[in-house]
Amino acid sequence: MRRFSWFNVTSLTLGFAFLYLPMVLLVVYSFNESRLVTVWAGFSTKWYGELLQNEEFLDAALVTLKVGLMSSTLATILGTMAAYVLVRAGRFRGRTLFSGMIYAPLVMPEVITGLSLLLLFIGIGLDRGVLTIVLAHTTFSMCYVSVVVSSRLSSFDTSLEEAALDLGASPFEAFRLVTLPIIAPAVISGWLLAFTLSLDDLVIASFTTGPSATTLPIKIFSAVRLGVSPEINALSTILIGIVTVGVISASLITKRAAVRQAREEQAAVRS
Amino acid sequence: MAETVFAPWTDPEAKPLIQFKGVTKRFGDFTAIDNLTLDIYAREFFALLGPSGCGKTTMMRMLAGFETPTEGQILLNGQDIGAVPPNKRAVNMMFQSYALFPHLTVWDNIAFGLRRETRDKDAINARVEEMLRLTRLTKFAKRKPHQISGGQRQRVALARSLAKAPKLLLLDEPLGALDRKLREETQFELMDIQEKTGTTFIIVTHDQEEAMTVASRVAVMDEGRIVQVATPDVIYEAPNSVYVADFIGDVNLIPGQAAVRETAPEAAEVVAEPAPEPTPAAASDPVPDTGKEAPQPNAFGIWLHDNMLKPILGERRAQAEPLKQLPPPAPEQIKAAPVPQDVPEGGVTITWAAGKAPLIAANGDTALAGEKVVLALRPEKVSISKERPDHPNILRGKVIDIAYLGNISTYHVEIEGGTMIKAQAANTRRLSRRGITWEDDVWLGFTATAGVVLKEDA
Ligand SMILES: Nc1ncnc2c1ncn2[C@@H]1O[C@H](COP(=O)(O)OP(=O)(O)OP(=O)(O)O)[C@@H](O)[C@H]1O
Ligand SMILES: [Mg+2]
Repeated sequence: MRRFSWFNVTSLTLGFAFLYLPMVLLVVYSFNESRLVTVWAGFSTKWYGELLQNEEFLDAALVTLKVGLMSSTLATILGTMAAYVLVRAGRFRGRTLFSGMIYAPLVMPEVITGLSLLLLFIGIGLDRGVLTIVLAHTTFSMCYVSVVVSSRLSSFDTSLEEAALDLGASPFEAFRLVTLPIIAPAVISGWLLAFTLSLDDLVIASFTTGPSATTLPIKIFSAVRLGVSPEINALSTILIGIVTVGVISASLITKRAAVRQAREEQAAVRS
Repeated sequence: MAETVFAPWTDPEAKPLIQFKGVTKRFGDFTAIDNLTLDIYAREFFALLGPSGCGKTTMMRMLAGFETPTEGQILLNGQDIGAVPPNKRAVNMMFQSYALFPHLTVWDNIAFGLRRETRDKDAINARVEEMLRLTRLTKFAKRKPHQISGGQRQRVALARSLAKAPKLLLLDEPLGALDRKLREETQFELMDIQEKTGTTFIIVTHDQEEAMTVASRVAVMDEGRIVQVATPDVIYEAPNSVYVADFIGDVNLIPGQAAVRETAPEAAEVVAEPAPEPTPAAASDPVPDTGKEAPQPNAFGIWLHDNMLKPILGERRAQAEPLKQLPPPAPEQIKAAPVPQDVPEGGVTITWAAGKAPLIAANGDTALAGEKVVLALRPEKVSISKERPDHPNILRGKVIDIAYLGNISTYHVEIEGGTMIKAQAANTRRLSRRGITWEDDVWLGFTATAGVVLKEDA
């Protein structure tokens, strides 16, 4: 094995400290006995207990979960469809434009996405609440799904679909019975990604939410303006946990599936 | 019905199953199939041969419905199938890449097509089991494609495409990954299946031997065009161009200048034979048994020959000649036979090198006189010996290389002028006792009808 030079070690330490020190602090203080953020008074899980008593937080958690489940499911369906069309339709006029347009929200400032959605919802007279957040989250997370799924689809051997058609399957059957099972891991990890994105979105949610629906990030943000409390730290720690699990399992699923599929496909296809 | 030879293409009444009518397929500005017209008949075993990239798969894909012709029509049973989607065509295809469904077991792969057309579980079970037996995959039914070997996968693909008993089965290099023995077995299996089911097969292969074994007719393709369509023996014995001759089997190509053949004095003095009349059983016929080996052509065959094939094959009598006058199996057996060769008259001579006796091709088309031509000569029709043989065409040379192929050996002989000629001889004796070896000066000989005179390809 190659030895790390002092330079490598330092830059690695600095980089990771930069990335994770704030979060580590947050997690550590969520277990602080004292209400004061600056004083360590011993280990305790009492803030987690208190969190469970807090109706407002629980409500917000429920809204967040609802929004996350609905928007990620919707985004997965739409994103998979978009990816399928973009990868399969071959070269039609304006294909580059279309794929560019699908990916544009990835780089669009969230404020702008949020603002334009707000304008739209006001324009069509939609009452702001859970539904509007779901729509907004679907809009921006669907491009992430379509990126994940289309990268899988582009390495997918089209002759499998052709074989299904050749054997008498309708195009939809070919998709349902052959394509979908094979790209399923990518679709699942796309879903997880969308769910995580929805879970921790603050900006777009605060633009499109109404008084009836407060998501956790919004709740945390407004609570913090009144002062940081250990309760918030505990809540954030839980969120970090969920997001971490989501992201890691998404990447694990993709990776494992990629390895397995590479093996299977290599085996199923000559040369 | 009496036993008749299967040759619907010679019957002007026969209705083709598939008709390509002026089909052109372009990808962008690349022309993959170029104005192709071709009829394929029901129950045929039609082989497509050609170098990589000549458009074989593209043709198959148009038949299966994955590509639409840019121009022209494809008819199936007289109906234009241009608008019929692939899942509605009674055509199944075995993909060059197999395209097995990786997430399904062998069993489910084979059952896939059946499940699309029926819900009858018993019927599906029975059919899948039958296919598994046929392809000897019963033991592997529960495995996934990545858990079986390449040859087994190929058989799964074959079983899957056969399962629906399609009217037309397209096989894109179906047997490439099988070892020789299994390949031969599967070839016979395929022919058997074809006989039993009456399915029409179109097979793409890189293996000419395979095409020769299984096919009723062979089409040789080059860059999107069909160069020749004919039965395997015609393709082999009477290629219509240097391209085909060179592509099919081993061949010596001797370029030269053709001239109308004068009635050579030696020939005249040998046998004063009149111009070949269609009288059978000529006295000089070297094969006495004219019963089974020499079937007489029917009326249509004669018509076909006289009107179309004569320029290629020469006179009708002459056509049988190369078959009857195969060079003796072993060079050692060639004696300086005093029996003069039966040299038919007519044809052309080919000047292949300055100062050398021109080669005689009695079956050459006199219309080629004055043109640059190529004499295509199969190695097995060239005899090799240490003594001067008694043949109308004789060349001297030196053995450069010997390829020992078990039952036969191919001798690479450099003749005067540097041209390499391959000659084949059967190995009737053990290696150590064969007389000819490297660096030996040898004589090559072949009959006046052994080669085919072809116009030089442009
Ligand atoms: N979708 C496509 N787009 C552009 N060119 C194509 C396409 N499909 C085939 N071609 C071209 O058409 C030509 C014929 O291809 P095809 O696959 O029919 O060859 P083939 O005779 O089957 O060759 P092989 O023996 O290697 O399988 C090739 O030059 C190929 O590059
Ligand atoms: Mg091909």
